[in-house]
Amino acid sequence: MTAPDNKRRNFLAAAGAGAATLAIAPGINLIRVSAADEPQTKLASGKVRWGMLVDTTKCATGCDACVSACHQENGIVEEVEDPRQRSQWLRKIDLVEQGTGRQHSLPMMCQHCAEPPCVDVCPTGASFKRADGIVLVDRHTCIGCRYCMMACPYKARSFVHEPLTTQNPEVPRGVGCVEGCTFCVQRIDRGKNPACVDACPEAALVFGDLNDENSAIAKKLKEVASTQVRADLKLDTGVRYQGI
Amino acid sequence: MDYAAKRSAETKFYLLAALGGLVSAIGVGAALYMEHHGHAVTGMNNQIVWGLPHVFAIFLVVAASGVLNVASIGSVFGKTVYKTRGQLAGLLCFAMLAAGLVVILLDLGRADRIMVAATHVNLTSVFGWNMILYPGMFAIAFVYMWTLMEKRMYPYSKAAGFAAFIWRLMLTTGTGSIFGFIAARQAYQSAVVAPMFIIMSFAWGMAVFMVVQKAMYLWNGMALHPAIRNRFKRLLATFVAAVFYFVAVYHLTNIYYAKQTAFEQFILLDGGIFPQLFWGGWLVAGTLLPLALIFLPGLKDMPGSATLASLLIIVGAFCQLYVFIIGGEAFPLEIFPGMTAGSSFFDGRIDHYSPSLPELLLGIGGIGIAFTMVVVGVHVLKFLPEDDVAKLEAAGALAD
Amino acid sequence: MSRALNFLALLLLALPLFGAAHAGEAAKPAIIIANPGTQCIAPPEEMRRNHMEMLKHQRDRTLRLGERSARVSLNGCIECHASKTSGAVTGSNENFCQACHAYAAVKLDCFDCHQPKAGHKAAVASGEPQ
Repeated sequence: MTAPDNKRRNFLAAAGAGAATLAIAPGINLIRVSAADEPQTKLASGKVRWGMLVDTTKCATGCDACVSACHQENGIVEEVEDPRQRSQWLRKIDLVEQGTGRQHSLPMMCQHCAEPPCVDVCPTGASFKRADGIVLVDRHTCIGCRYCMMACPYKARSFVHEPLTTQNPEVPRGVGCVEGCTFCVQRIDRGKNPACVDACPEAALVFGDLNDENSAIAKKLKEVASTQVRADLKLDTGVRYQGI
Repeated sequence: MDYAAKRSAETKFYLLAALGGLVSAIGVGAALYMEHHGHAVTGMNNQIVWGLPHVFAIFLVVAASGVLNVASIGSVFGKTVYKTRGQLAGLLCFAMLAAGLVVILLDLGRADRIMVAATHVNLTSVFGWNMILYPGMFAIAFVYMWTLMEKRMYPYSKAAGFAAFIWRLMLTTGTGSIFGFIAARQAYQSAVVAPMFIIMSFAWGMAVFMVVQKAMYLWNGMALHPAIRNRFKRLLATFVAAVFYFVAVYHLTNIYYAKQTAFEQFILLDGGIFPQLFWGGWLVAGTLLPLALIFLPGLKDMPGSATLASLLIIVGAFCQLYVFIIGGEAFPLEIFPGMTAGSSFFDGRIDHYSPSLPELLLGIGGIGIAFTMVVVGVHVLKFLPEDDVAKLEAAGALAD
Repeated sequence: MSRALNFLALLLLALPLFGAAHAGEAAKPAIIIANPGTQCIAPPEEMRRNHMEMLKHQRDRTLRLGERSARVSLNGCIECHASKTSGAVTGSNENFCQACHAYAAVKLDCFDCHQPKAGHKAAVASGEPQ
């Protein structure tokens, strides 16, 4: 190593000693250098279990504010010709009850199961569950075998069929990998709600920590009757529905 | 053999190997095309996630484990007629397994991450088990062939043959379980799937072996002893009948469960191409016709009837896999039982699949790879099964 | 056999010669970045040698543990190093990441998935589901 480099290293060591010294130094990008000294953001914790409650009685047929918000936040703009090859992280399903004819509508996405089949079947461990219950795909190890798509009972995963250029910086996604709803993990880690929750005009979506009995979602789940979709599979989903 | 004849045989070999190489190269080229443009250039989509490449790959892998039975019957059960064929069976197993794996791997969204697949293994995944089962199968097949080809190793061939037999049962169980453990889809969640795959492998492997053997005998101007041929035909028929039994059980149990009747209605009656392939392709062409060719008095002595039966069984196998894999995906997931669902993501709708040329070429390329490996292997190593008819007759092994 | 070995040995011996012959030819990459003069997280020597390890280590922490404001950040790299003209770190051999990777002939995998443009915002037609 040459002398100037050592000097720079010493400077960095000094810089690391305190942010106050840095503020005086001109022409320095303070944020980058001092980031290491900032208090660490809270890491995903096993004490938390993120979940969502969907009140389908408030969810209007034809409204897709949540879908637009999701696609905006996560940069899902695709031009693949075949609509069946396009990604859908969040979709609206219209339901008609056989016999009674009762109609309703609801958003369907990754249910963030406690026992996710996609994680069980993934050959490389790319499908994984974070400590706080969010089920994600690690695109660094996803080989694009699509076994998780075969195994998911909710059709919540999509495969990227074409090279992409329109990703948002915070939401990497790319050709040949499988993807799905992340609960907007980039927002959650900064203390915000998933984009769909904030976008719903009827406030039909409640997001929060299922394990915290003081959270709005836990209180509501204690109060109202809710269901897990395909409860027969005993996957213990993080997304619950009301009024199905 | 005189020099000119040898020369001409040599030329023919190079032509065959070149043909196989060309088909393989076209397959790999198709895969590169898919890799470059993404799977948008295939007929696969977010509904039909596994398509034609998987039909080819699973046929190759399942038949690969089945063909090894021919060797196992020789080594494990001490049948001389089968023992003579152990080496060829081992080579076929090796070639088809390799080809099947190549097709699966080239179809991956990120085929360039093959090292990731090899170094990150999730042991709760049935795919993960297969990452261990496949290399194990290669190793065992290799050791087994070694014990058959090397005189000093011959005493170990029985043990190696036994290991190969056990391992191949595990391998096919693993392949069947890829589907059998998928609780989400109505087509697959059945305990019968894994044993069904084992018995399918017996039939398909034997059929492939018969075709290859016939081709080699034609090449060398030889003929199979009728008694031996009859024995093989009867064994093949037994396997085909057993497959029929398992498929029948699979569908009948499904029909019995009320929640599965809609799916059975689709796959057996209303599903367009799927019932057509099931009844016409698998049942008539792949099961009944071969059985007729083997047993019916007028047909069974027709020249080439055994080979034709074997070819039909292979055609039936492809139909069966197409119905099982793609038919199973085309039927919509029942996310909300008792309700009719609709969405922009094709919920509640029966999907159609139209395979594109690249994925078909990739599948055929897999056959090309297996073909090339077998042609070269047979040429380089002395694998032609030759029966010592006089000795067998003396031992009474050819009596019916 | 021994002839083949000899040939191989010769080839190996000759390799440095080829290398030397080519060393002078490839032009060093010329890069104009958007935010010059700012301070990187480590000296250039260290960054050149270790940036991939740093990024790899951090990517797993961010993805698996949810660490969002770490010292090492690919988006942080892009913010400073994006090209003045294109706003991106890839796209042409004058853009930061691609310039060096093309020079060193190392495949650049990050931007199959990551956005190489600083501050890009996806334009989604509002209210229109896919």
